[in-house]
Amino acid sequence: MFDNLSGRLEGIVKKIRGKGRLTEADVDEVMKEIRSALLEADVNVTVVRSVCNRIREHAIGATRSKALDPGQQVVKAVNDELTRALGGETLSVQFSSKPPTVVLMAGLQGSGKTTNSAKLASWFKSQGRQPLLVGADLQRPAAVEQLRTLGAQIDVPVYSDPEDPILTAHQGLEEAKRLGKDVLIVDTAGRLSIDSEMMEQVRLISGAVDPDYTFLVIDAMTGQDAVQTAEAFHETLQIDGVIMSKMDGDARGGAALSVKEVIGRPIAFASTGEKLNEFEQFHPDRMASRILGMGDMLTLIEQAERAFEQHEAEEAAQKMMDGQFTLDDFLDQMQQIKKMGSLGNIMSMMPGIPKELKNADISDDDLKPIEAIIRSMTMEERTFPKVINGSRRQRIAAGSGTQVGDVNRLVKQFDEMQKMMKKMGVLGGGMPGGKKGKKGKGPKRPKGLPPGLNLEEGGMDIPGLPGTPGMPGIPGLQR
Amino acid sequence: MGAVEIGLLVLLAFVFVFGVGVVVANRRGGTALPPTAPPVERASRDAVAAKSGTILEEREAAEAEAEAELDEAESDVVEVEPEPAPGTLRERLAKARSTFAGAISGVLGRSGITDESFEDLEEALLRADVGVGITDELLDGLRAKVKAKEITEPEALLDGLQEEMASRLRGSDRALNFEARGDSEPNVWMFVGVNGVGKTTTIGKLANQQTIDGRSVLLAAGDTFRAAAAEQLNTWAERSGSEFVRGAEGGDPSSVIFDGVERAASKNVDLVMADTAGRLHTKSNLMDELKKVRRVAEKGAGQVTETLLVIDATTGQNGLIQAKEFNDATDVTGVVLTKLDGSAKGGIVFAIETDLGIPVKLVGIGETIGDLIPFDPDDFVNALFER
Repeated sequence: MFDNLSGRLEGIVKKIRGKGRLTEADVDEVMKEIRSALLEADVNVTVVRSVCNRIREHAIGATRSKALDPGQQVVKAVNDELTRALGGETLSVQFSSKPPTVVLMAGLQGSGKTTNSAKLASWFKSQGRQPLLVGADLQRPAAVEQLRTLGAQIDVPVYSDPEDPILTAHQGLEEAKRLGKDVLIVDTAGRLSIDSEMMEQVRLISGAVDPDYTFLVIDAMTGQDAVQTAEAFHETLQIDGVIMSKMDGDARGGAALSVKEVIGRPIAFASTGEKLNEFEQFHPDRMASRILGMGDMLTLIEQAERAFEQHEAEEAAQKMMDGQFTLDDFLDQMQQIKKMGSLGNIMSMMPGIPKELKNADISDDDLKPIEAIIRSMTMEERTFPKVINGSRRQRIAAGSGTQVGDVNRLVKQFDEMQKMMKKMGVLGGGMPGGKKGKKGKGPKRPKGLPPGLNLEEGGMDIPGLPGTPGMPGIPGLQR
Repeated sequence: MGAVEIGLLVLLAFVFVFGVGVVVANRRGGTALPPTAPPVERASRDAVAAKSGTILEEREAAEAEAEAELDEAESDVVEVEPEPAPGTLRERLAKARSTFAGAISGVLGRSGITDESFEDLEEALLRADVGVGITDELLDGLRAKVKAKEITEPEALLDGLQEEMASRLRGSDRALNFEARGDSEPNVWMFVGVNGVGKTTTIGKLANQQTIDGRSVLLAAGDTFRAAAAEQLNTWAERSGSEFVRGAEGGDPSSVIFDGVERAASKNVDLVMADTAGRLHTKSNLMDELKKVRRVAEKGAGQVTETLLVIDATTGQNGLIQAKEFNDATDVTGVVLTKLDGSAKGGIVFAIETDLGIPVKLVGIGETIGDLIPFDPDDFVNALFER
């Protein structure tokens, strides 16, 4: 009942996967399931209807063709349609020729506008821009203070005037010009789309700054109402893009799909966690794969590239294959991974992570004891864990504030992992290109899936993980 | 896709899964780490903050987020004049175009009951976030009645659905539970929910009503996480003439609630309303924190007689999972459905009531202090069917 959309679709596909040919009755049954799955994911009713109609056409086509695996064709149809419905391309922000580029933030109460204003400012900074934040939410007492606190954290100035939100917005624009800032982000108060007075206010704010981009912030947990809200705001403000907030919860994100389809504007950004850097550009093709359970490998790789020093990573990967990966290297890599964002977030993007692990809700702090243990080792111990004897163990445990048993377990598991990696290195033999993923056959591969990742089922069984199936083969390849 | 990316990816997978594996194994192994570093059991966020600079930043960021989301939800209310002018659900919902209007005119526009009639109704129910399961059940019941000729006219079809929906919600005890206890043994009402749903506002409105009803009330600012939460609650305390207890910002929420109960007991206050920080139900460390708050609230002279889950009416099917998780953690006794004055219909409460048996006790229908009213199933369903 609480299966997510990808879980549901996987189940459906399993049902029809074995069939040589699909009958129309099969298609009907599949469509019913897909429809419920989409509705339970909060995809808007109207959108579900149109998406389903298109998938059905493809699926019926599959019954007529003598394709080897009609199940795969249905999966492909679903994937294509979801991608299409989510919008083809990532929104690329064009900067105004006459700076500043003005961004207006709008949305319902509690959707997360203020936080996302700051996150967006931080994103612009990472793009080499110099943003100015404007607090035009004078409705609630602490809003501007809030924005100032966030602004201080990311080192972005905040302008506000307690008199009037429209005046504030206007003066903020002048201030940005005076200071030579090239991006202006205007935060506004939360409002109900049916509150005509407040909607008029935001229209006037918009008029005062003439924004290049107007972003609507929508809570990922929103149900069918997302469409009504988006339509109403779009009518008043001409929305250019949507920012989906609270994507780190377990909401299935149907709202994203619906809003794009109904107002014809893309989801521009997604907020994926509580840290100010847990905010990324939204990639529709990747999101569809994510919904389908193929993980979001492209995003992951991109984040990795950003965080890892390339040659270091290459070196580490080589060491790993050669079985020369030491605890010290492990510590290094842990630090790199931490730069990529929270573990839970990274985990959600990795395909094939056992559900048990995903549900374990690992916080970054959980890795601290491991780190402490390794840090309490000498270089020799990190390189050759075999030298760790009883007294060294006690010293390490005392030094790291853990128990001897913890130290033992870590050393043992690391040893097993090393052995297995050696095996993998031999097995992989330099990771040849996809041996199973023949081109032009089977479902469309998600673009981000590296060909070398055709690992056999259970091939990456990680020792020390009782009761988990390790990392099963990466889904999305030939089934 | 070059060799480097592949290497990176494999590396990542290994390091990551290994790291996580050790954590999980340690946890399962039961060899508890020393009390200085068991991050999972220890849920208090301030302890995390004290550890290092990086974490402090995280905490601040997180704090900021929570604050932003919550504040947005609750802000407008603070400025509002405390004029208790209780509205009615019907008045408030009339502002929003009825989700059912199209379906109703569709059904009534046909001379008989056809498949299209059912399709219209299905769409309306789904649009109101009632969910696929309940919608199917409702319509299957109606189809059977039509087949048995119990329902023959379009008008009767609508009445039948309306009755079926209302009857599903009838019969629950929706009164707020207050137990007559000793003089220095206060009742404790706890408020929980995800970020941005309107917990603090709900407490403010309810404190006012309870004071008018003659109970002495103490508000405990258990949301120590976001900066302005305590100040905001304090405003409500002043407005309603309630006692107020707060702790240090970033302090342990459990101890604030405990202090609140102690203070209430010593001053013979009848009722403690405990605010908590908004949290996503998927963050298990924060849910553990909430369990602890609930436990500690009963450590002294107090007894938790209500745990109210606040849910935003715009919430979709995820609301059921929220309710389930919060119920597992804190034994939720009732739901407060907020922001019902917007265009959202809050249909998720059918699933929450049916599947989890948690009654909706209150609805928030506006921004003034009187805009929190008891939930009435018939009014709620009638408002949907406003013709």
